[in-house]
Amino acid sequence: MTNSTELLYVISGEDFASAGEASTSFKNELKKLNVSPEVIRRASIAMYEGEINMVIHAYGGTARVTVDDKDIKIVLADNGPGIEDVEKAMQAGYSTATDGIRDLGFGAGMGLPNMKKYSDEMTIETHEGEGTTVTMIVHREPEVS
Amino acid sequence: MTIREVQTILDARLLTGEDSLDKEVLSACGSDMMSDVLAFVKDQAVLLTGLCNAQVIRTAQMMDILCVVFVRGKNPTEEIIQMAAESGITVLGTDHRMFSACGMLWEGGLNGGAGYDKFH
Repeated sequence: MTNSTELLYVISGEDFASAGEASTSFKNELKKLNVSPEVIRRASIAMYEGEINMVIHAYGGTARVTVDDKDIKIVLADNGPGIEDVEKAMQAGYSTATDGIRDLGFGAGMGLPNMKKYSDEMTIETHEGEGTTVTMIVHREPEVS
Repeated sequence: MTIREVQTILDARLLTGEDSLDKEVLSACGSDMMSDVLAFVKDQAVLLTGLCNAQVIRTAQMMDILCVVFVRGKNPTEEIIQMAAESGITVLGTDHRMFSACGMLWEGGLNGGAGYDKFH
C-alpha cells in the first residue's frame, strides 16, 4: 500500500520577514512523516530557496507538496514575471535581485543552483509575464544502481 | 569544540540557549549571504554572520545549525532571539569582526569542515 500526504502552502509576497514560514512548517511535517534527517534537510533547503525566490521575484505563490513512500515532490507555482533566461539563472552567482534584496542576505545567485543541487530532479516551466512553476523531487532513499 | 568554548574564544554575549552550551560543534561557516550558507551543508555547525534579520534564523533552522554568532556587535531584535530560542538554536553576539572571529575559532581548532564541496 502506498501512503501519500499532500500539503499546500500559500506564500505571501508582501512580507520578507515572514518568508520561510512555509518551509519551517514543511520541515516539521517531514519530521512527523519519519523522513530521514538528511533528506529532510535537503528538501527543506530546496523548498526554502524556492520560497525566498517567490517572495523576492514573484510576489509570492503556492507550494504543493506530495510525500509518498518514495519521493517528496514540491511544486512551486507563481504568477510572477517569469524567468527571462533560465540558463543564466541556473548559473551559480547570476542574479537579477536588487541591492535591497542583497542587503537582506539573498540575491547571491545561488537560489536556483542550490535548489538543483539539493533535489534529485528539477524542472522549470516559465513564461514571461505569466509566471513560473518549479517542480522538485527529492528521493527518500538514495538510488541503488 | 563546545558552544561554551566558542563563546569564550569570541568573548561573546549569550543571547539565548544556555542549555546547549555544552553541545559539540564540528565546523563553522562565515557569511552575510544566506544563499552561500545554504550551499554548503555541514553537520553540527556554527554560523557567523553580520546579517541581522529573521532569515538568518530561518537558514539555521533549515540546515540544523546549532549556533548563530552575530559579529561586529550586531544586536538581533527580541523577535529574532525568540525565534531562535523556539527552535533550540543558541545565539551569541561578539564585537569581533567577521574575519577576526573566524580566525580565532580556526586557531582554536574549529574548521570549515573537511575540505570543501565541489559545487560543479
